[in-house]
Amino acid sequence: MMRVNLVLLTVLIACALSLVTSRHQARKLFIDLEHEAAQTRAYDVEYGQLQIEQSTWAMPARVERVAREQLRMQLPTPDRVEMLDEGTR
Amino acid sequence: MRATASTPLRLPPLRAPVVFGSLLVLLVVLIVRSLYLQRFDHDFLQEQGSSRYSRAIEVPAHRGRIVDRYGEPLAISTPVKAIWAWPDKVEATPGEMKALADALEMPSASLSQKLASGGDFVYLKRPVAPDVADRIAALRIAGVHDETEYWRYYPSGEVMSQILGFTGDHDIGQEGMELAQQSWLGGRPGTRRVIINRRGDVVEDVASIRAPQEGRDLALAVDSRLQYLAFRELRAAVEANKAKAGALIMLDVKTGEILALANWPAYNPNSRTRAARDRMRNRALTDTFEPGSTLKPFTIAAALESGRVTPTSIVDTSPGTLTIGSATIHDAHREGFLTVEQVIQKSSNVGAAKIALSLPASAMWQTLSDSGFGAPPRTGFPGEVGGRLRPAKSWKPIEQATIAYGHGVSVNLVQLARAYTVFATDGELKPVSLLKLDGPVAGRPAIAPETAREVRRMLEMVVGPGGTAPKAQVAGYRVAGKTGTAHKLEGRAYTDKYVSSFVGFAPVSNPRLIVAVMIDEPSAGQYYGGSIAAPVFSAVMGTALRMLGVPTDAPVSNVVLPPDSAEIGEET
Repeated sequence: MMRVNLVLLTVLIACALSLVTSRHQARKLFIDLEHEAAQTRAYDVEYGQLQIEQSTWAMPARVERVAREQLRMQLPTPDRVEMLDEGTR
Repeated sequence: MRATASTPLRLPPLRAPVVFGSLLVLLVVLIVRSLYLQRFDHDFLQEQGSSRYSRAIEVPAHRGRIVDRYGEPLAISTPVKAIWAWPDKVEATPGEMKALADALEMPSASLSQKLASGGDFVYLKRPVAPDVADRIAALRIAGVHDETEYWRYYPSGEVMSQILGFTGDHDIGQEGMELAQQSWLGGRPGTRRVIINRRGDVVEDVASIRAPQEGRDLALAVDSRLQYLAFRELRAAVEANKAKAGALIMLDVKTGEILALANWPAYNPNSRTRAARDRMRNRALTDTFEPGSTLKPFTIAAALESGRVTPTSIVDTSPGTLTIGSATIHDAHREGFLTVEQVIQKSSNVGAAKIALSLPASAMWQTLSDSGFGAPPRTGFPGEVGGRLRPAKSWKPIEQATIAYGHGVSVNLVQLARAYTVFATDGELKPVSLLKLDGPVAGRPAIAPETAREVRRMLEMVVGPGGTAPKAQVAGYRVAGKTGTAHKLEGRAYTDKYVSSFVGFAPVSNPRLIVAVMIDEPSAGQYYGGSIAAPVFSAVMGTALRMLGVPTDAPVSNVVLPPDSAEIGEET
């Protein structure tokens, strides 16, 4: 009887310790998860800012100015435009 | 010691019961206290306890983006900081004040002025970039704080200002599509209860009190390249003609989507502090005007529908005036005998009035109403108006005659452009949409397909030799359209101020785009729609068709402009 009790006690202590460990592990992982989630939000914000930057650089008014002034491009006059049929492409 | 050991201890007789009694009393006090704490103070204590380890934290949700039909961002929210202060509590050395002023990029004098202005709360600057806010926080000046808020940024600036509108405090829509689609775009922050550890890290989720609702992206029908093109040409025309204002709209004929909607004057939504209320109005949707001759094709359509005339019927417009009661209608040029086609081509007021008077008022009203006049175009835009088309029963003959050439009715530009879908398709009135659609939409039949084709041919004659709008021609494409030059109504009298307009579509063999241009009060000498609005139409339509890769349906040498000295006829 005494031996059975001792075995059960050992099992109980082992269970209790493993519960504590896994609980601790879970919390640590959760902290990591929270950090990653915060990172994601930060990247989202940065993505938004980069989109703003990109569309500011790509504004048609700016593209047109650069094309005309720096690259000296011009619109082709209609007589220099050739329209292809859908089938020949 | 020995004596005490040998003699029996005589305690005072009451000592034991008193000690026992007082211990008992203490025990009872403890029990009562603990019962009290458990029963009556429980909620308060539980709250105090949990506040040591649990927190309700806010889960941010941001406002959705607005994008154009190809996904180009038109409005994006980004977190920024606002720097504020309690002026009474600010304690800073002159050196710290200098550093703060430098970080805020404002002169020290105006900073001290803001702090001296009193009150218990003052914004020093908003918005401020997050890295600048971090630098200010590093100064650790007592009484100076920051808070996170969202700032809406519009990369396209003034080009789309009136369509998009803007947001106000807390990123809530105030004008335009931002207001109309607030419930779709707006995010709602959520809250959740969590357990935190000693360092403030979240270690466990307990419950979600309210789930955050992220704002959704909104795709507009607008094509930002076409919008820019429209805006650029419109602005140039308004400035060249010293006009008060102007508007331009481009519709996709198959789907009724609004591909471009430009207004000038405009404002910059990114720094609108000084923008006049007047510049924020989307004139194409919220203002009405008398359309003038651009309404004549609908009169002719009603006449063709009734079967009383054919395109080649003859109308006598001599002597160029028509008197009804006490009023007289004038033509700008005396034309004599005209066919019905030529009434449109030469834009004869007398011709249109005579044709209208041969019709029952109700038939004419029906065609105008079926073409969408007198009712709002239902775009969902805030402040949209429907124009005025009075019931046929109340028309007097003079009114029926003036409505025939577009006076005594009022429209907005979107409504006018939409009405032309009747001629660009085979008689169907398409619904218009500011939002991107997935495919062609069915319209509502307004006039017979045969009538639509006949009017379309007449509208093509308008830009041809002898018409009022040779300047609307586009190299490589067949175009059709109608000019309008209307006297402005001020109070109850017509003035010598004009609204010049042109509405047209192309390519005629398979119409894809409708463009309507309206220039308000041109005052640089010219005012005819054929010389003011038609060139804008031509430039926008030509470039747009080439940008979209629409196959040409005419040789590129199709443009035939009359010599500059030749007079181009046009009516009011």
